[in-house]
Amino acid sequence: MKKVESSGKTIDEAILMAVAQLGVQRDKLEIEILEEPVKGFFGFIGAKDAKVRATIKKTIGDRTKEFLMELLTYMDVEAIVDVTEKEEKVDVELRGRGMGLLIGHRGETLDALQYLTNLVVNKQGLKYKRINLDAENYRRKREETLRRLAKRLGYKVSKTRKRITLEPMNPFERRIIHAALQNDEYVRTYSEGEEPYRRVVITTK
Amino acid sequence: MGELVKFIAQSLVDNPDQVDVREIEGEQTVVIELRVAPEDMGKVIGKQGRIAKAIRTVVKAAATKNNKRAVVEII
Repeated sequence: MKKVESSGKTIDEAILMAVAQLGVQRDKLEIEILEEPVKGFFGFIGAKDAKVRATIKKTIGDRTKEFLMELLTYMDVEAIVDVTEKEEKVDVELRGRGMGLLIGHRGETLDALQYLTNLVVNKQGLKYKRINLDAENYRRKREETLRRLAKRLGYKVSKTRKRITLEPMNPFERRIIHAALQNDEYVRTYSEGEEPYRRVVITTK
Repeated sequence: MGELVKFIAQSLVDNPDQVDVREIEGEQTVVIELRVAPEDMGKVIGKQGRIAKAIRTVVKAAATKNNKRAVVEII
């Protein structure tokens, strides 16, 4: 973590010095007062400067990277953790060997890692940011697959006039199916059953 | 495997120094017992056991690398 100690005639002046030295905004710094200023006679005899220690605060993105790197070490998986922090979310891309292990069956391990990371990095209650975890573009490819599946099955339902119930999916995956057939002329979709076995049903309009 | 469980648990709870993990090695299975402070139980179990399930999923994945079955028990 980057930190500096700086001094000035007043605490404000010392903080200003630290801001200039670190080159980041004031609200990104954690300030610790080391010495209060002493005025002294005539403003100089026995006067002492204020002294502060300024530390750059860790962002949620920093904490995400730290947590995942350490977690992967314990899992004995070597991977590159690419973090992109935005205003309201953090996108993480994992790359390397052994990604299949991190994705798991139908992405269940990836979902578990994403859920735990969300909890850990948002624990300290700064501004909440959603963490999106992906490995080897798994989520994008899966979305593509689901969209194609939806179109194919939608077509089948419109031809056979028989409803189709899909296998259980998580909310994110169900939403992809619903969205893919949202504007279909002949079929409509809805979900039934209880989590985690909730399924999408495709039926005629 | 115990180290992994300990790290995840310590990252989740408010009292990391009270996290205790014990490993019981079997032939093909390793049982990992996890103990946390009573007020932190919710932090490792979650609503309808959602957090516990996520911990087990991650540990299971890591264990397959060593051709072992890992069972996490929260005590």
